[in-house]
Amino acid sequence: MKSAVITFPGSNCDRDMDVALKKFGFKNKMVWHQDVELPKSDLVVLPGGFSYGDYLRCGSMASKSKIMQSVINFANSGGMVMGICNGFQILVETGLVPGVLLRNKYLEFICKNVFVKISAKDSAYFKNIKNDVLELHIAHNEGNYFCTNDQLKEIEDNAQVAINYCNNEGKIEKSFNPNGSIKNIAGIFNKEKNVLGMMPHPERMIDSSLSGEDGSLFFKNLINNIK
Amino acid sequence: MKISVIITLKKDVLDPQGKVIHQALDGMGFNDVNEVRQGKYFEIDTKETDPQKAKNKVEEMCKKLLANLVIENYKIIDAQ
Repeated sequence: MKSAVITFPGSNCDRDMDVALKKFGFKNKMVWHQDVELPKSDLVVLPGGFSYGDYLRCGSMASKSKIMQSVINFANSGGMVMGICNGFQILVETGLVPGVLLRNKYLEFICKNVFVKISAKDSAYFKNIKNDVLELHIAHNEGNYFCTNDQLKEIEDNAQVAINYCNNEGKIEKSFNPNGSIKNIAGIFNKEKNVLGMMPHPERMIDSSLSGEDGSLFFKNLINNIK
Repeated sequence: MKISVIITLKKDVLDPQGKVIHQALDGMGFNDVNEVRQGKYFEIDTKETDPQKAKNKVEEMCKKLLANLVIENYKIIDAQ
């Protein structure tokens, strides 16, 4: 399986993602934001970080960079595109997934482990993961998911919510919402579910020397499902 | 010509920064403030000399980059 990770100026989780993808069997290529064409890939990843210093709005400048037209075409033709953290912010700015990510409700940068419930298991990203709840890491200042009421209705009608913040038993309640996201949303799909945007970083949970290994479940499952 | 644009958050979008500024003003003794909403201001100096054409171009810029229309409104407030 071939993957590509896009590096923007200010990306800082691109190499972690490269390590994670390779560890679980992907042949990964790093792609610079000024490139025009994507290498042949089964999965394209927009990594976390602070692309363009979060100028204007997080992800807004990166969403207009040269490589993004190829990424948008790839996604629109059914290719799998995953945006993590800043990558999620870039995805919403391209319009590939609905909504926006606002400043965290309590204006704090949040860096901690959280639990998320897998709310839709019918996509290649989460299909066949046995656990309903994963412990993953978040580190963001703008992760407060927001969308209009019409968008929310559409997202829910199409079961586009991928993961929600919850407790270790999978209970989705306000008190387990770290950033004020509507309905505790931590990640969403596009309508066709080939594009996934999520705030948590699975690539930070892939080794016993890190604070958990639930990210390994995610990547092992992912490579098995892309076939 | 110079076009001035302000970008504001839509009414039903939470503005935590505005809230904190409001609280600070309260603490400073400005007790009669009802609400504070924070926005952005841009000055765009363009080669275009026709005011209507310049405004149209800036409007396109707002829609494509400067504002995110899910949460923000834009308003061209000056062209000279």
